[in-house]
Amino acid sequence: MVNTKIFIKNLNLWFGKKQVLVDVNMNIAKKTVTAIMGPSGCGKSTFLRCLNRMNDLTDGVKITGEITIDNKKIYENGTDVPTLRRKVGMVFQRPNPFPKSIYDNIAYGLRINKVSRNKIPEIVEKSLEAAALWTEVKDRLHESAMELSGGQQQRLCIARAIAIEPEVILMDEPCSSLDPAGMFKIEDLIEKLKEEYTIIVVTHNMQQAARISNFTAFLYLGRVMEFGDTNQIFTKPKEKLTENYISGKFG
Amino acid sequence: MKKRKPIEYLLLSCALLSIIFLFAIAVSLFKEGLPIFKVVSPVKFIFGSHWYPAHDPPEFGILPLILASLLITIGALIVAVPLGIGSAIYMTELAHPKIKEIIKPVLELLASIPSVIYGFFGMVIFAPFIQRIFNIPTGLTALTASILLGIMALPTIISIAEDSITSIPSSIREASYALGATKWETIIQTIIPAARSGILTAIILGMSRAIGETMTVLMIAGGAAVIPKSFLQPVRPMTATIAAEMGESPMGSLHFHALFAIAAILFLITLGFNILANHIKEKRI
Repeated sequence: MVNTKIFIKNLNLWFGKKQVLVDVNMNIAKKTVTAIMGPSGCGKSTFLRCLNRMNDLTDGVKITGEITIDNKKIYENGTDVPTLRRKVGMVFQRPNPFPKSIYDNIAYGLRINKVSRNKIPEIVEKSLEAAALWTEVKDRLHESAMELSGGQQQRLCIARAIAIEPEVILMDEPCSSLDPAGMFKIEDLIEKLKEEYTIIVVTHNMQQAARISNFTAFLYLGRVMEFGDTNQIFTKPKEKLTENYISGKFG
Repeated sequence: MKKRKPIEYLLLSCALLSIIFLFAIAVSLFKEGLPIFKVVSPVKFIFGSHWYPAHDPPEFGILPLILASLLITIGALIVAVPLGIGSAIYMTELAHPKIKEIIKPVLELLASIPSVIYGFFGMVIFAPFIQRIFNIPTGLTALTASILLGIMALPTIISIAEDSITSIPSSIREASYALGATKWETIIQTIIPAARSGILTAIILGMSRAIGETMTVLMIAGGAAVIPKSFLQPVRPMTATIAAEMGESPMGSLHFHALFAIAAILFLITLGFNILANHIKEKRI
């Protein structure tokens, strides 16, 4: 498949003795939005964190199987994890800006990635514009990011992620701590961002998955029960379990 | 209003007692210290460079003592700050939990060793060593005192710095890693700046500990009340002066009042450090 950005093959993951992901297979197409949904504790976030090797930070994690991004196996020995993470950005469940100024929150990743100093102000502006935050903060770039509202903080985190020009953006329930207004802003943003990025969003909000994604995977107890076109999953699910979940019988 | 039970009054008076003690100490220091300024002006007292309290006529200039205290404190910080902050970072960010389990109780032990034992160790083992290395007439110098005070301030600095680094939420670390930062970049550019108010507080409280330490400096600083010109010289800090001379100054004499005035100044210095530390903690500068 020419358009496939990420191949996931027989991915299994254990935390200690507990198996969290079981034989996950999925191909993710370039510049699309893929939603991962499922009841809490089904391994959605853990799955997402495999894609930028965030699980490496957890003790006692064991992973088998293969993940290939742009024909590179990311769990192969010799993979440079920081380089991988620059390419595969992440937005977390709760907004987690650095306790620094709005400007420095975005400049941080740029400085780490050795972007030349004189380009930084321009990229900061561009990223804030792309995250639909520029007009709200342009007059207070040097104030602390901690003073922004939750929704603004989350858009700042998105701006921070896109500033370093990743190719893939992972979003772990990016709206779960936001009010509806904040949520719709983020959803609009995802709609726009998919023109340039491959986006994978974890959500337990089914309507959200239906609204924003091209493809949807339904995860249950660490297994992919069903993966396919979002329309198809929500209108004619193949699996009984998917249908039950979508119709609200559990979850 | 709710009626208070007697036990509440009892506990309230326990709490008030420590405030009363503080005031009583402050009042007595100033009451006994201020009379010296009838004889010597405060400027001459603080900036005078001769401390000859037993001469006739006596001279009460405490500049050598203040400079000795400052020199030793600065020296102690040079020893303790890099070691302390370094250990705190190592323990929170890098150490295996098992190694941490060993280091923590050792540090607590280090904090609980009586200062006279540090002094004894310094006098008998460490000072001769310094004397030999630098080939100087005596090993009881500002350097010797600085190094030992630095070691004594370590537990304070490490435990406060460690607390403040541990309290940084892990989501901040993850944010940094997710942007492609290495562990080292995360420590230097995210964790240390985020913990800086706690680290500063740790340093200031370490400083307080060093400047107020008495027994160790009395035993190993050398005791010469001259303006220090180098670290390799015997010095006489404020605390050691008070401890050494209080016994031989007749009550109510000028010398006696002068020692109290030194104590009052020392009290103000440490009070200043503590206020600064609190200010930094709350303001999160």
